Amino acid sequence: MTTLPAQTEKKLGLVIDLDTCVGCHACVVSCKGWNTENYGAALSDQNAYGKDPSGTFLNRVHSYEVQPETGAAQTIHFPKSCLHCEDAPCVTVCPTGASYKRVEDGIVLVNESDCIGCGLCAWACPYGARELDQAEGVMKKCTLCVDRIYNENLPEEDRQPACVRTCPAGARHFGDLGDETSDVSQLVKERGGFDLMPEQGTKPVNKYLPPRPKDEQIDILAPLLEPVAAEPTGFLGWLDKTLEKL
Amino acid sequence: MHPAPSIIFFTVFSGLGFGMLAFLGLGKPDVSGFTAFIFFAIAYALAVGGLISSTFHLGNPQRALKAFSQWRTSWLSREGCLAVATLIVMGLYAIGVIFFNTRIGLLGLLGAILCVCTVLGTSMIYTQIKTVPRWHHWTTPLVFLSYALTGGAFLTGQVQVAAAGLVTIGVLQILAWVIGDKRFAGSGSTIESATGLGTIGKTRMFEAPHSAKNYLMKEMVHVVGRKHARNLRIIGLVLLSLLPWALLMFFPFSHLLALVAILAHIAGALTTRWLFFAEAEHTVGLYYGQRG
Ligand code: SF4
Ligand code: SF4
Repeated sequence: MTTLPAQTEKKLGLVIDLDTCVGCHACVVSCKGWNTENYGAALSDQNAYGKDPSGTFLNRVHSYEVQPETGAAQTIHFPKSCLHCEDAPCVTVCPTGASYKRVEDGIVLVNESDCIGCGLCAWACPYGARELDQAEGVMKKCTLCVDRIYNENLPEEDRQPACVRTCPAGARHFGDLGDETSDVSQLVKERGGFDLMPEQGTKPVNKYLPPRPKDEQIDILAPLLEPVAAEPTGFLGWLDKTLEKL
Repeated sequence: MHPAPSIIFFTVFSGLGFGMLAFLGLGKPDVSGFTAFIFFAIAYALAVGGLISSTFHLGNPQRALKAFSQWRTSWLSREGCLAVATLIVMGLYAIGVIFFNTRIGLLGLLGAILCVCTVLGTSMIYTQIKTVPRWHHWTTPLVFLSYALTGGAFLTGQVQVAAAGLVTIGVLQILAWVIGDKRFAGSGSTIESATGLGTIGKTRMFEAPHSAKNYLMKEMVHVVGRKHARNLRIIGLVLLSLLPWALLMFFPFSHLLALVAILAHIAGALTTRWLFFAEAEHTVGLYYGQRG
């Protein structure tokens, strides 16, 4: 059913720390690894060893340069996957009912056996979080590793999304953002977590934490390296003058 | 957006077909028997051909029937339901006109209304997409409807209506371009709002997440050169509106001339519909540093 639930029992989602992400793309690889061999159709590649390799990914890491009014520019690595929006426009446009938002935990999923591959949901998503698999012709998107988080066959520490489990910097956090007392909600509150493109009215569940302000003084050795004398004197001064005359 | 030929053909030809059926439903021209058969055959070929063309861009067209199920929320689903309802109603009406020489006026009127609704349904598939501010505007349904009705009037030989329609189409199309060019900037979405980094400062893409173009970029980050687009707009407008209008107004009517005018009009419609897609800017382009 493509009608959105008025309310979901939980709001499972990710909190991504832009201060901590080092841009290693480990989450991209682990996501592809897990999701290509589990839930739904495999994530295909086209021309993987050719000139223009491309393929289906559910998570991608962009990098941006931000120039503050004063001071040096900053590089910020920016992982992006489905934000499991509360007002998900991708769900309501779907003609077949393949796209849906779960009442129990708010995860947005695609039932691949119903998907006709029309691509309309990918158009409706402002964030580019959905990719049509070119081999299978069905829509792929982040499932929040629905087949890990409830999977009792996995050790408890593995019952979280592959990206969160993998991130070596601890830049990704998973939890219930509908519960104010949860760790993730606390983190969002403390660090001033924000929505992407709030003006699109999608009410994303995933939140991003802003980079912390940079220190003013970056090089503590700098004062010690200042030139001792502006003009050379003594023998060097004489040499300078003589050479200039030649 | 990627100007996929299947979608361009779908919107243009199914629009023409339903436009034609709308006039036939109103008894214009009031034909019967074999002449009526020819008219209905052309209209159905256009409408159904367009609809079939739309399935060519599906990843799994064998499941297309499922697309009739979500009419409660989805315009694509609604459009499908409306199209089928229209074709059935008009089919019954056509049987009366062709085989029994009886025109059931009320049925024809219902069919004509359904034709208009179907075209509006098609236009809403695009109008509803908020992520493409150029489409998300009242000009989109008006443009689609004016194309369908003008083309329909043309193909059913309603010269007066067609001439008026050609002028309307020209004006609406220019209006849609003028307004549309400002829509993305007016939407408030920028690379800063997309990344949330605007609180620190001016943001630009430093490195793309992948080395070659992916589905997102091919499908939604289509960029047309400004000069190229301007030239196509001029060519499109002349063929779509100006030339056929002049041919209808300033030359004595002949079938050959009407044929030339219709072909020019359709070529123009295909050109401007190509632009409708190619010039449409999707917000995902912001993440790739491709907007503004
Ligand atoms: S991020 Fe995109 S795909 Fe995910 S729920 Fe929101 S609109 Fe849908
Ligand atoms: S591509 Fe599949 S999931 Fe997306 S709108 Fe079409 S049918 Fe629904």
